[in-house]
Amino acid sequence: MNYELVLVRFGEIVIKGRNRNRFETMLLTQIRMALKPFEKLEFVRSYARVYIRLNGESYDRVAERLKDIFGIMSFSPVIGSELELEQIRENSLQLIRNLSVPPKTFKVSVNRGWKQYPHNSIEMNHLVGSHVLRNTPDLKVDVRRPDVELKVDIQKDLAYIYCEVVKGAGGFPLGMNGKAMLLLSGGIDSPVAGWMAMRKGLKIEAVHFHSYPFTSEQAKDKVVALARRLAYYGGKIKLHLVPFTEVQTKLAQSGHDSLIITLMRRSMLRIAERLAEQNDALAVVTGDSLGQVASQTLGSMNVIGRAGSLPLLRPLVMMDKQDIIDCAERIGTYDTSILPYEDCCTLFVPKSPAINPNLNIVERAEAIMGAELERLIDEAVQGTEVVVLKDGGADVEASDRERQEDAWF
Amino acid sequence: MNTYYYDHCASSPMPQTVIDTMSELMKLHYANPSSLHKSGVDAMKLVDRARASVAERMGAKPEEVLFTSGGTESNNLAIKGLLGKTARSAKHAIVSSVEHASVYECAKQLEAEGAIELTVLPVDSAGKVDPKDVAAAIRKETAIVSVMHVNNETGAIQPIEEIARIVRKHPHVRFHVDGVQAIGKVPFRWSGSGIDLYTGSAHKFGGPKGIGFLLAKEGIELAPLLSGGSQENGMRSGTLNVPAIVAMSQALRLSMEKMDARRETMYALRKRLLELVADIPELLVNGVSAVDEAMETAPHVVNLSYPGMRPEVIIHMLEREGIYVSTQSACSSKSLKPSRVLMAMGHNADRSSGSIRISFGDEHGMRDIEVLGAKLRSVVAGLKPLERTGK
Repeated sequence: MNYELVLVRFGEIVIKGRNRNRFETMLLTQIRMALKPFEKLEFVRSYARVYIRLNGESYDRVAERLKDIFGIMSFSPVIGSELELEQIRENSLQLIRNLSVPPKTFKVSVNRGWKQYPHNSIEMNHLVGSHVLRNTPDLKVDVRRPDVELKVDIQKDLAYIYCEVVKGAGGFPLGMNGKAMLLLSGGIDSPVAGWMAMRKGLKIEAVHFHSYPFTSEQAKDKVVALARRLAYYGGKIKLHLVPFTEVQTKLAQSGHDSLIITLMRRSMLRIAERLAEQNDALAVVTGDSLGQVASQTLGSMNVIGRAGSLPLLRPLVMMDKQDIIDCAERIGTYDTSILPYEDCCTLFVPKSPAINPNLNIVERAEAIMGAELERLIDEAVQGTEVVVLKDGGADVEASDRERQEDAWF
Repeated sequence: MNTYYYDHCASSPMPQTVIDTMSELMKLHYANPSSLHKSGVDAMKLVDRARASVAERMGAKPEEVLFTSGGTESNNLAIKGLLGKTARSAKHAIVSSVEHASVYECAKQLEAEGAIELTVLPVDSAGKVDPKDVAAAIRKETAIVSVMHVNNETGAIQPIEEIARIVRKHPHVRFHVDGVQAIGKVPFRWSGSGIDLYTGSAHKFGGPKGIGFLLAKEGIELAPLLSGGSQENGMRSGTLNVPAIVAMSQALRLSMEKMDARRETMYALRKRLLELVADIPELLVNGVSAVDEAMETAPHVVNLSYPGMRPEVIIHMLEREGIYVSTQSACSSKSLKPSRVLMAMGHNADRSSGSIRISFGDEHGMRDIEVLGAKLRSVVAGLKPLERTGK
């Protein structure tokens, strides 16, 4: 079946009263950006929805992309029909006949948006319904719980006919709820946390701590690949690469083996908050999941969290590992996450990390390092490299190298 | 004197860009790609990019591309490697009678060692395997079927799609295809082909010698032929040959980009050559000979016999005229035995011993074929009095 239009319904934003207009504009801009490769599309905005005129572009490919745009509640492939009754009836019948799963029951809901149309909606329900019913054996009407609801929306120019409703990604348009820093480690969890934060309308800047020479160049490449995947959802991602070696070595020499992870995490949080301040972000997002590892027990979360003052958002906190893995697979980060390069958290891991660190001891240990630790944290912030990653594209540094090498391929 | 190289089936010249790429890489990226330092990592990135590029051109996934030293190794690895990993009870292999020596002799060796039972499939007079014979030969202990894509002596295209459909009905059987002569000459897409293993060799499509690849479907395990540092997922140890790998990927791209145009040109050349040969009664065409069926075989090969004349005499006579062709296949051209391939097609020993193979490349045009036809005619006329008539 050739669809001419896609009807896109906006999600939670409709509840936002006065700001609705701004939010719809935001979402529409994001839809346009995401669908830019489809040059022939036209967008017609309406209340809490937008019609996309396909003009010959493939519905399936457009739908594939629409599914990943935050803020879209659902969308439907639509037939645009001439207004003559016979046309509407025939198109309705074709639509029902072409469904991949033939429905057993259906109902018709006609909305007469253009009030000059000669038949009112109740008459139309009957006129369309009876035609479909007569010509489709084994199909019955069920007005309460139909398998399929055939919708006909009569407007002045065309009648829009559809019945399939595809679930969208939901959430809010990206950036609608402000900006947060995401601690991106290279593991399975943090990219999922980032995706969830983005889905809720947060613009994300990623922060990665690397400890060259304790970690390899590939560990960094892996994070770049993950951030680039997130950029598919977010259009563009700023990745902050923090040199953490000096801080980490200092902490490793503090003499508190079992507290190293706690101390490291606290320093990371401090650095992330400094970067948040520089970049006008109002929260820090982490991939913590309660009880998963020593640093994610409630005791650890308490002691670590006290090192900062911004809201710490932990989208995965109550999720099971398997559900997180499933989500990672769905959003396309899992295969990269399981590549075997160590990140800085897996180094210096003590034999028995504290699962219930003592805040007093931690604070005292930090006080002893005092100004020296402060200085190293300053240096780490100052030494932070920033790369801007685009969806599918290469970052500037890599593309320079690849361009030079292009002649060989 | 102008020389004409009509032995592209044996090996093909490398385009200048590919030679430049290879020498630049030899100079700049000598590091071992398995090394952990930056130099090694950079070299590995080039290997990864080459792997992705080869995969894309073949329609495969990067993880399905295994780099080897060439066609012979890929064929050996496919057959010995697969049989090395299959259950003790699954020890039956099926190959066609016209396979390249690196498949045929490999299977014969395993049979002689008592490692497998072997079924050798016949071919018809055009050199083609009948898919029905494959279906009939498959048993419950069959582990592998190996049928080449394009024959290296006659250019016959085997019905690999149909054979793949038959093999797919038997989940315990794997299908290997030697694609060495097909790449860049016959359209092929790995994904969806139903084939489990596919061999490619760089120097047949403008890449360097000593490098090739084996496509292996995800999940297939191959026992390595070489023990060592476990490169290529443990299936092919040995330091990755970075310059050759990158040069191969570039040569493959260049070759694939020109495939449509090449096919059109070469089929026209092949047709014209068949017309010219039809006027020389001493020369018989092996395989598809009808001029109007010139497109039934691969575009770049014509196989002729001069029964009663030792082929090396023709080779050397043509060579004096600046024309380079092969007897049979290059590998077996020094033996005086009749061609196994032509014998399998039902030709007698006389005809099978006297075959010469002409294979063209991108540098050839219609004028070159006219020259070739004229020289063939004059060489044959000169040899005519020397024919051994006692048949």
